[in-house]
Amino acid sequence: MNNRRPTTLKMASILLVAMLLMVAGSMAAIAGTGHTESADDFSTELLRVFTFQDYNTRVVVVGTTLLGLAAGLIGTFLVLRKRALLSDTLSHATLPGIALAFIVMTLTTGDGKQLPALIAGAAVFSVIGTLSVLAIQRFSRLKDDAALGIVLSVYFGLGIALMGMATRMDAGNAAGLSSFIYGKTASMLFSDALLIAVTALVAAVASILFFKEFSLVCFDADYGNTQGWPVGLLDFLMMALVVLVTVIGLQAVGLILVVALLIIPAASARFWTFRLRTMLWLSGVFGALSGFFGSGVSALMANLPAGAVIVLTASLFFIVSLVFGSARGLVRISIDRMQLRRKIMNENLLRDLHEWMETASDGNAVGPEIRQLLSRRAWSPSALRRTVKRLRRQQMLHHGPSMSLRLTDVGTQSAREVVRRHRLWETYLITHADVAPGMVDLSADRIEHVLDPLLIDQLEATLADQTGGELPRSPHELVAEKGVP
Amino acid sequence: MEWTFIDTWIIVVGALSAAACALLGNYLVLRRMSMMGDAISHAVLPGLAIAFLVTGSRDSLPMLVGAILIGVVTTLMIQGIDRLSGLDRGASMGVVFTTLFAVGLILIRQAADHVDLDPSCVLYGAIELTPLDTATLLGYDIPRAAITSGMMLLFNLVFVIVFFKELKITSFDPALATTMGINANVMHYVLMTLVAATTIAAFESVGSILVIAMLIVPGAAAHLITDRLGTMLAISVVFAILSAVLGHISAITVPVWFGFQDTSTAGMMALMTGLLFLLAFLFSPRYGVLSRVVNQMRLSLTIVGDDILGFLYRYQELAPADAAPVTVSEVKKALKTESGVSLMVWNLGRKGYIRQGEAGLSLTASGEEAGKGLIRSHRLWEAYLCNIMGYCDADVHRHAHQFEHFTDTGLQKQLSERTGNPDHDPHQRIIP
Repeated sequence: MNNRRPTTLKMASILLVAMLLMVAGSMAAIAGTGHTESADDFSTELLRVFTFQDYNTRVVVVGTTLLGLAAGLIGTFLVLRKRALLSDTLSHATLPGIALAFIVMTLTTGDGKQLPALIAGAAVFSVIGTLSVLAIQRFSRLKDDAALGIVLSVYFGLGIALMGMATRMDAGNAAGLSSFIYGKTASMLFSDALLIAVTALVAAVASILFFKEFSLVCFDADYGNTQGWPVGLLDFLMMALVVLVTVIGLQAVGLILVVALLIIPAASARFWTFRLRTMLWLSGVFGALSGFFGSGVSALMANLPAGAVIVLTASLFFIVSLVFGSARGLVRISIDRMQLRRKIMNENLLRDLHEWMETASDGNAVGPEIRQLLSRRAWSPSALRRTVKRLRRQQMLHHGPSMSLRLTDVGTQSAREVVRRHRLWETYLITHADVAPGMVDLSADRIEHVLDPLLIDQLEATLADQTGGELPRSPHELVAEKGVP
Repeated sequence: MEWTFIDTWIIVVGALSAAACALLGNYLVLRRMSMMGDAISHAVLPGLAIAFLVTGSRDSLPMLVGAILIGVVTTLMIQGIDRLSGLDRGASMGVVFTTLFAVGLILIRQAADHVDLDPSCVLYGAIELTPLDTATLLGYDIPRAAITSGMMLLFNLVFVIVFFKELKITSFDPALATTMGINANVMHYVLMTLVAATTIAAFESVGSILVIAMLIVPGAAAHLITDRLGTMLAISVVFAILSAVLGHISAITVPVWFGFQDTSTAGMMALMTGLLFLLAFLFSPRYGVLSRVVNQMRLSLTIVGDDILGFLYRYQELAPADAAPVTVSEVKKALKTESGVSLMVWNLGRKGYIRQGEAGLSLTASGEEAGKGLIRSHRLWEAYLCNIMGYCDADVHRHAHQFEHFTDTGLQKQLSERTGNPDHDPHQRIIP
């Protein structure tokens, strides 16, 4: 653990700096978009956008918020099923479907831009793409990463080639097709928003109805199989929902960024909780908020691609969650680790003092000085001094005559607990694990801090005949002066 | 469509950048990091944009620096999130590269105001236009993109050759590499940086998204064909070049067949890598799907042939000398199978093992020899299983029936010695 800590910290700081730099860079870019309006105008504008006074903005903001919600909900299962990148492949694979549908519709009806046909084409090809991934995994020696990459790039290439043909067609107007790649959030129509609303409803209903089934598939599909659940069918349903959100989200935020909406909110929600139910609705909320603020900001500032801003908002949530998440956030983890370190140092000092008193020739002997304690184990003078100070604050020890340290009654009580745990474990190692008595001190030293009370009781019951009494004897000889005096 | 020097240059540029990508891509495939290529190729976008914004031009050097920086940053960030968050690697990648891609899109939109830069050109390249932007090298007018990609290819080639051993060991067994004093981590970062640089060098020709096809598909196809790393590298480069050639040709010809005009060469190149992959996937002699099916069919036909010979031998052994020859339908009935029997009867007849008379089938002299060998194997196995292994129940026949097909004379001899050269099998039949 001591080895890992510095690298983890270093990694965390590098990560933070890199992410902050990036966000700062894009903020600078956003700020530099050349707004010359006065602050007054800006705040009216802000009010106008976020109170939905403008019909167009209203449609866009509501549409993206609902899309974020739907993607956040479904994305939870996707991320937990460890299939985040499958959604990337799936969304890239829709492109040939869109282009093909466009060409076919242009040739048959004269008008290529018919949304139902394009969406159907996208859905068909995302399914074909998924099947291709499965086929490559199943029938060749290549691993899933290669299968994903191959399908992604080759289908996308096919899509680009078909788009090239479509844009050079005499009939039909293919100008809007590229909106499927980058998205065209700002020009979202009411019908688009309605479609998204229906999708969000389906996603929400499915996540609630199939909550238990989906979580089973995510966490232990094999167990589900043995219990007779139709795991394959549930998996298919889950992927169908992913496809639905992807193809509906395509023209809103574009095929690359819809992936972000599926992955990032779910990944962020994971830092706040260990419970799937909480994670699910949190992820939905994160997605919805990203859509809301992202589209709002891009409505405020011209020249900002809305899809990208929505994703950056989601990324901002991710960074905040990564750092401050209450379950797995970096701050939380560091605090936990620090508390554990402190607890260990406290207990070490208490035990050292207790053993000192035990080995002293006279029960009323003067306690050890800091200098003498220092030689008993490998800790730095400053760490020891801090620990002494902490224990004095807790009324565990007091200074005796001539700089010596003595346990108070409360301190003795706690120290006896620690010593008891230590010796019980030592005895256990000697009697049940055949460890030599000279070796047990160090192993017990590591584990005594994390033994829970239940285990202690069990140890006591198991070893009752050997330890005897409230405070077990030390199974090995105690020395008054350990280490170099 | 008229073939001009422009078409030639397009193919040269495409082939050079595809080959440069494919070389590194082999290692991505082997290290199971193909999607790292995808992540990096999306993530270089902000690197490009920042280089544009800072220098205000499309010079190669600042872009290369930007790419290398972003390559390292992306790798660090993915590794950091992977380790710190407990998310799986895929999700970490997804978070990082979509974020960077979004940043890149915004920055490019800003940069587009200052620099002549089209976002779609960055994403899918503009290989058709590369021959028009030339530089003079050694007195020739050579497209700038060809020089860039050529240099990148050369650099990657030197890297792969010089560090062949190190790359091999770190790819297949990082732990072993560490014990041998090769820092697997450093190799990882160097490789990722090079991938980023190559992506940038190739972005002009194939664009930053299709570059992933050039990176991993040739390597994956080569991996299906060979088990040797050196061969794999060579095959992947050949595939890369082939896909460039076929890609451009099909881009200007295939759409015309269907009444369209030409289409994007980069898209077609990616499609051609996919087609080559599909061919390898189906027909690779060793790992191809169809090849495996064919091999299996051939094996089961061989077994049917063996069974026919064995059956005819047993018939001649037991039947009185003047018994009627066996008909094909009787053979089918005895073997309890229909499929392949007629085919193998014909094949054995062609080889001169059996005679097909009016009344039925009988063994020729060489057929009798072959049948004798099979039956000898069969009965020796039965003797071995029963006498030596003490495995005497009814299944003995079934097991021996399976083993007999791959028992050669050497094994026969050993079986015979081990069982004490018996004359009879456990069913009291003579061992020929």
